[in-house]
Amino acid sequence: MRLGLVVDLDKCVGCNACAIACKQWNTSGTSGSLTDYRPYGPDPSGVFFNRIRHYETGNYPENKTVHFPMSCMHCEDAACVTVCPTGASYKREEDGIVLVDPEKCMGCNYCAWACPYGARELDREEGIMKKCTLCVDRIYDENLPKSERKPACVMTCPTTARYFGDFDDPESEVSVVSRKREGQELFPELGYKPVNKYLSPRNKVEIDQHDVVEPDLVRKVKDWVNKVVEL
Amino acid sequence: MHPAFSVIFFTVTSGAGYGLIALLCLFNFLYFGMLFDKTNFLIFSGVSVALFTMGLISSTFHLANPKNAWRAFMRFRTSWLAREGLLAILFYPTLFLYLILVYFDFYKDYFLLMQLYSIYIFFFAIVIIYCTGMIYACLKTIPQWNTIWTPINYITIGVYLGSLIFFLLLSINEYNINPYKPILLIVISLAFITKFSYYLSIKGPRHGIGQATNAAIKLKDTNVRLLDVGHTGGTFLTDEFGYNVAERKLSKIKWFSIFSGFFVPFFLIYTYSYLFDNIVLCIFAVVLSFIGMIAERWLFFAQAKHVVNLYHGSQQC
Repeated sequence: MRLGLVVDLDKCVGCNACAIACKQWNTSGTSGSLTDYRPYGPDPSGVFFNRIRHYETGNYPENKTVHFPMSCMHCEDAACVTVCPTGASYKREEDGIVLVDPEKCMGCNYCAWACPYGARELDREEGIMKKCTLCVDRIYDENLPKSERKPACVMTCPTTARYFGDFDDPESEVSVVSRKREGQELFPELGYKPVNKYLSPRNKVEIDQHDVVEPDLVRKVKDWVNKVVEL
Repeated sequence: MHPAFSVIFFTVTSGAGYGLIALLCLFNFLYFGMLFDKTNFLIFSGVSVALFTMGLISSTFHLANPKNAWRAFMRFRTSWLAREGLLAILFYPTLFLYLILVYFDFYKDYFLLMQLYSIYIFFFAIVIIYCTGMIYACLKTIPQWNTIWTPINYITIGVYLGSLIFFLLLSINEYNINPYKPILLIVISLAFITKFSYYLSIKGPRHGIGQATNAAIKLKDTNVRLLDVGHTGGTFLTDEFGYNVAERKLSKIKWFSIFSGFFVPFFLIYTYSYLFDNIVLCIFAVVLSFIGMIAERWLFFAQAKHVVNLYHGSQQC
């Protein structure tokens, strides 16, 4: 199995619900807590597994906002696991989820340096590196109805911009949708083979808003006369 | 990259310590026997051990969870950090055995064995410095580090600092230092040339890795700019990777480190015994070179741009 996420950038509205659902589920999950520093102070900060950035693409009037949620890509050749000196970071054989063993982590930050996606964040209070677990404590939970055995971010997404599934199964939803929409990997040139895919926004229909009518001869002559008179 | 002082101190002092012991053993090898009398050799080795031990202890200060530091040797098959740690620990018994053999005058009776042992320690120490460099050089996410110059710089600067201390110890013990002077000047020049090559190599746009935000977020449209980073306060990512220093300040510190770390010590050593024969100036050269190299190491971090900055609006890393 090669579990991962697909994010449809056409659907994402940047509401941050996935980040909040993630925080809520995981702060009491196996990798919890997701410590907040000074939550009610003047400069609140804290640990997140999922962060949403916002970009603008194209030029006016064809410009467009793209909301861009990023979490761990659960790379097939994960550099964070390669560089980890203690063996705290590991990639599960059975489903490819990259996890941190809090019993072994010494908080050296080296894995965070090796990750190009900023997916790992040090919990300064616990001294342990934290990262997306793909809700490993939820997706296998047999007490939950089958339809809810999905990561919290996928469950909560109000626009269903997030898909979860097994990329090794060519008929799974994630495989089909990323094949159909040419799912993009981030930083493929680094060779870490990220599993998560992003569906780029489709081309917008261009709305004709320009005055592109060629002036007729009379108009041209009038313009020319006006120019000469103004000289 | 955020420059952590504990890591800067670690790389500079442990480099100097391994450089010094490498030189001591290399000279034993080249001299076909003990270059110094036993006591001096043991004292010199002690200085080296003190230096790299201080460095290694300092490296644990930047760990957020130091109680697990003993696990840092587990993944030596893939991790350069684990390799460095493991070799650094294995180096202690190896060196102590050598020192014991030196103490019991093995060089007289088992010449060939000791020659091999000397050159073995030399390579061992150099390989440790190489591993320290590779901790940084293996990170593809930081283009300024991901170059062959990084481990070369670590080795040449480690040997250079070691050789300056070697020189200082020689002059304190009133050895004739003149034969070593040209060697030292060559080592300083090499360290300078390789460091300068590094500075030249990281100049200008970096190729290969995602050049701009649009490459990082993989949109088909080429014109992508950041609207909002999404966080309202500082995060781990901004603290660790978002360390921006003005170009002018970087340039000033670069030239300070070149003058204090290379040019002035070179001049002081070059004129040593011509102009002056003063141990104080020799100490001065050592102190200046360490300050210069700490500035150099600070710069190594401050100039490094992690590719995650592309997601935070940098158009180039």
